Amino acid sequence: MTDRIVFENVSRFYGDVLGVNQVNLSVPPGVTSLVGPNGSGKTTLMNLMTGLIRPTRGRISVLGTRPDRPRELFGFTGYCTQFDNFPKGLSGYEFLYSFLLVDGRTDDEARRMAEAAIDRVGLNDAADRKVAGYSKGMRQRIKLAQAFCRDPRVLVLDEPLNGLDPMARAETITLFEEWGAEGRHVIVSSHILHEVDRISDQVVLLSHGYVVAEGQIHGVRSEVKEQPLQVLVRCAKPGWLASRLFELDHVVEAKIGDDGRSVLVRTRDADSLYLLLSRVVVEEGFELESVAPADEDVHSVYQYLIGERGGAV
Amino acid sequence: MTTGPWALWQRQVRAIVRLELKKHFLSRRAWWIWVLAFAPVILCLTHSLADTRGHELGVDTQVFAGIYQFFYLRLGIYFGCVGIFMNLFRGDVLEKTLHYYLLAPVRREVLLAGKYATGVAASILFFGSSTALSFFFCRLHFGDEFQDFVWRGPGLEHLLWYLMTTALGCLGYGAVFLLMGLVARNPMIPAALVLVWEGINNFLPAFLQKVSITFYLKSLVPVTVPMEGPVAIIAVAADPAPAWLAIGGLVVVSSAILWAAMRRVRDFEISYVE
Repeated sequence: MTDRIVFENVSRFYGDVLGVNQVNLSVPPGVTSLVGPNGSGKTTLMNLMTGLIRPTRGRISVLGTRPDRPRELFGFTGYCTQFDNFPKGLSGYEFLYSFLLVDGRTDDEARRMAEAAIDRVGLNDAADRKVAGYSKGMRQRIKLAQAFCRDPRVLVLDEPLNGLDPMARAETITLFEEWGAEGRHVIVSSHILHEVDRISDQVVLLSHGYVVAEGQIHGVRSEVKEQPLQVLVRCAKPGWLASRLFELDHVVEAKIGDDGRSVLVRTRDADSLYLLLSRVVVEEGFELESVAPADEDVHSVYQYLIGERGGAV
Repeated sequence: MTTGPWALWQRQVRAIVRLELKKHFLSRRAWWIWVLAFAPVILCLTHSLADTRGHELGVDTQVFAGIYQFFYLRLGIYFGCVGIFMNLFRGDVLEKTLHYYLLAPVRREVLLAGKYATGVAASILFFGSSTALSFFFCRLHFGDEFQDFVWRGPGLEHLLWYLMTTALGCLGYGAVFLLMGLVARNPMIPAALVLVWEGINNFLPAFLQKVSITFYLKSLVPVTVPMEGPVAIIAVAADPAPAWLAIGGLVVVSSAILWAAMRRVRDFEISYVE
């Protein structure tokens, strides 16, 4: 059985309106972030891979299983949707317990698993209250609990951090990291780019229904050749370093930081830059504190590839 | 003991039925079904408690047959099933909660079976108990004479046929309206068309009459309503089908419709309109 989520030339139209078009993806285990502005097709992709909607064209397989086979698919997949409606009259506990009974669990199993999931999302005190009376953050947490209560290998999470307070958000992100490290597929869409950036093993950038770029963030960034790479160099003598850097043809800009202890370098050839820095350290005894890419992150890549034309993320 | 997938499907159907009953029928929103189902019971009870001088059991037996044919078959069971079965899927779509089921590892066919079983159980419970209560209340004031009619005469058999007709009506109309809730964007239009079709059933050629739930149900009713003129066409089956054919026909028609609904639900998509 394959360990990938595969989209082969997948298109989905809503009447005349484009959802996604000609999507080809092969998503390995780990945390994968879907990034794009509103209406770019993130939710459509998630609904497609979970069988809630069907592709107009193309084929999808999730670890070798077709999404139109819910019994098999949801045996190993959990989906936290953006839909914020809940069956009427259910408490948080009943919401999970009934879901697990529909799953086919025995009464004891359902009880145990529902309690464990509620405990994990910290809703013990509110478990017997009606979901209708939950705050936005609590509703988000109970949806997350629904997604992972069956311990799935694939987690599809549509804006899972929405409405969570900073503490809960940090805990949830840690959870995603753990799941990713365990070799599960964690597909996340989020507009909180810096948080997505921290945990993503790979990203899929979407714009207007098309996949603009995909892969590990380093690889995606290096493909954006028209934008010089930004490197932040921290050192004691940034002025001296800047003057040396201007001798290089590929250096477009070297800006000394306000703190007087750093240089932000924009270069078209990062490898040559790193070579120069090694040379000045080894041959001239220059002291460097740190060297790190400054725009090798989801936010920067998003700005370069989608930027203003994409609108809000 | 049931093993294999059947055991799992049974558990899933039970879970769905439990949830659906709680959502749809044990909530305040279900008040109208209670009113629709039990209004004739109140009527029959009033009839028994009011001035009963001059009443005859035979006449009241025909009065009940009239209530059954004109209220239960034409209105109560029909509109009850419209409300109950059309909302099983449609209601979840309108409330944007259908994904709750679709995210569970349950075959869509099993989901449909669970929802249909819920509708059948609820509608039979509502209209079956209403039929039985009306049956008794309508003639309660006859005392011993009515007891003789029930226990030593044809009364009990009548009741069983009425209950059977009610149950089959719920099965048949339930299947029709479950399918409509899945295929129609505005199910009230096809529901109205079915109502017209069922209404003009007796005016149709014989072969078309058989493509109808009413045709079979009318054939099963144990007491004919003595009517003349145009109204008789509505209530009286001109060429009633034998019981075995009526029951078999209803089961076959219902099964065929359910099969179509299962085909439809496999490809059913979430499309909540904002």
